[in-house]
Amino acid sequence: MLGLEQKDFRLLVIVAILTMAAPFILNPFPESSGLAQFNAGYPDLMQRFVIFGIFAIGFNILFGLTGYLSFGHAAFLGVGSYGAMWMMKLVTLNVVPAILMGVVVAGIFAVLVGYVSLRRSGIYFSILTLAFAQMSYALAYSVLTPITGGETGLQIKPTDTPLFSDIPEGEIGRANLFGMDMRAGFDLAVGDWLFTFNAGYYIAAVFMLIAFYLSIRIFRSPFGTMLRAVKSNQTRMYYTGLNARPYTLAAFVISGMYAGLAGGLLVAMDTQAGPERMFWTASGEVVLMTILGGVGTLIGPVLGAGAIKYMENILSKINKDILHEWFAILPDGFEDFLVAIVYPFVGKGWHLTLGIIFMAVVIFLPGGLVEGGQRIARLFGRKKASDDETTQGKTTPAE
Amino acid sequence: MEAIILQVLNGLDKGSAYALIALGLTLIFGTLGVVNFAHGALFMIGAFCAVTLSRILTWSRTVIDETQTDFLGNPLKVEVPYVYDWFGQQTGDTIIDWAVPLSILFAIPVMMVIGVVMERGLIKHFYKRPHADQILVTFGLAIVLQEIIKYFYGANPIPTPAPAAFTGSFDFGAMLGFDPNLIIYPYWRIIYFAFAALIIGSVFAFLQFTTFGMVVRAGMADRETVQLLGINIDRRFTTMFGIAAAVAGLAGVMYTPINSPNYHMGMDFLVLSFVVVVVGGMGSLPGAVLAGFVLGVLESFASMGAVLEVLPGLNQIIIFLVAIIILLTRPRGLMGRKGVMEE
Repeated sequence: MLGLEQKDFRLLVIVAILTMAAPFILNPFPESSGLAQFNAGYPDLMQRFVIFGIFAIGFNILFGLTGYLSFGHAAFLGVGSYGAMWMMKLVTLNVVPAILMGVVVAGIFAVLVGYVSLRRSGIYFSILTLAFAQMSYALAYSVLTPITGGETGLQIKPTDTPLFSDIPEGEIGRANLFGMDMRAGFDLAVGDWLFTFNAGYYIAAVFMLIAFYLSIRIFRSPFGTMLRAVKSNQTRMYYTGLNARPYTLAAFVISGMYAGLAGGLLVAMDTQAGPERMFWTASGEVVLMTILGGVGTLIGPVLGAGAIKYMENILSKINKDILHEWFAILPDGFEDFLVAIVYPFVGKGWHLTLGIIFMAVVIFLPGGLVEGGQRIARLFGRKKASDDETTQGKTTPAE
Repeated sequence: MEAIILQVLNGLDKGSAYALIALGLTLIFGTLGVVNFAHGALFMIGAFCAVTLSRILTWSRTVIDETQTDFLGNPLKVEVPYVYDWFGQQTGDTIIDWAVPLSILFAIPVMMVIGVVMERGLIKHFYKRPHADQILVTFGLAIVLQEIIKYFYGANPIPTPAPAAFTGSFDFGAMLGFDPNLIIYPYWRIIYFAFAALIIGSVFAFLQFTTFGMVVRAGMADRETVQLLGINIDRRFTTMFGIAAAVAGLAGVMYTPINSPNYHMGMDFLVLSFVVVVVGGMGSLPGAVLAGFVLGVLESFASMGAVLEVLPGLNQIIIFLVAIIILLTRPRGLMGRKGVMEE
């Protein structure tokens, strides 16, 4: 189906069902229960899941297949979001041209950066991409302020009059898709549960599914095999008469365009763009996501992006009072003791948990969460394992 | 002329910090072949060693002083550092004043222990793994170390002043025969540069003139042969890791009066130091030092007003620009050895 093998298609369908039903799946706890704070089914966070999923899928095409570790990938996301923002400010508030613009601008930028950076490999490549990203960040922050808005970034202002959108005098335009507001949506209350369906999320999710489908096609194509060859032995590739450079450059540009798509979608959701999206910590974050989920696997980056964004938004909200509430049944002294132990790992300290989990994954589970899932699956007997092989079969690492 | 001298001087202190961190990074890379992304965190921990020592020294008990009263006539509560009890008030004050230089003595053992524990506990297991894995695990470690420091010391910068004797500035121009007040340079920055030169000199001397250093150099050149000769090279490399950590830590300790330490200063320096190492040439110690100073001075020239008028924003990107140019024209860096990290 759709040019995919059966098991790939099954994976795509599973992902499609999961993303479409995300408002239900991510809201498993009733509103009134104490566990409601673990619900991730609100539009803002769901949008972030899929958008950063796209970002990580794109990064994985470069790092997972060719083994080139880029430490400056956020630059493409940032450039893409500036491109999309200007499209919205000047031409139309419709999100589709803006997103396309983001992809195109990021693609062009990736051609420039990739052409230079890919002359070197290994750590030199990492440093070159990092240098380009930091340069773009510094320039966006200082000299390019007329284009980038400097520290405050770009927003849609009442003075903006896009060519093809008629906004009533003095009102701030809203991002829309052929007239449908990105923030539109409806709430569905079932008993004590409240499910929110948001237009923006579904648009982003459709883009994510397309991106995911394309990445499966790339992974299974002769082109993908070439990229794996770059990773496993570049010298041998040269000796067989193949030039690796065009393939790696193509992979780099594709992955830059994915980042641009993510940037464009971010703008479509929140109509703002700022330089902090290009800072090198943002580049580090996408590396973390991909590694955490599983490098070189299809579904891994999406899982990793989801896990990190979930931690960033949910774990960081837990404060001391909530902890005291949880441990309230325990004796007082023991309660305080437990709170004191747990507290550094949640709330503002969630980065600590992230760092520890990340280190544990790199040390013990080089294949990321996906490998973890496979190992657990293998524990459950032979038959069960072979079943899992078919559903998760796509998750073999690239090497 | 005086503007040029001033910019060179201004570049030296930042260049010293770059050179010291890059030296440690190169030591680790040259001996163990590990790309250590947690090195910036070691620099930061060094800086917090100074903060910790000055907190220990000013650790006080509260006494009620009958001789002083507040405006209501009640006796005032006064904090008396324990140092006063041990050394008397005057010596105590001097000790507190000199907390930062004293931290050097405190930081060396602490940083050595941290370095050795890091190498034995974590990095040892990553020798055979690809460079990408080493980068990733040390990157994770850097996040963890940074967050631990943030938890204990908070997110705000902690001012840690230099001893009162060094707070002033030094009229460098007058000494060289320029008009007075043209080239003024804070004392502490001179000290920092001299200190960095001393450390760099002693690391090189240690490697060049001691038997231990000779074995380490032999191990850097050909590890297997040295092992075949019956020398436990791993243990010496572990020690070198400790020394590299101590170098980074000392760079951090002495940097505290220039910039108040905060938990992310390590990461800020790390990115630049990596660029410095790569520009100098992976695995080349003199290259790292040279590139550190060159880039530090270049950065300070790029932030001159006259330059910024012509090329605005140059000061922000100069280091990266130089790195890109060097990497594309001299792939091995300024002084890189053949065959090191060339894929």
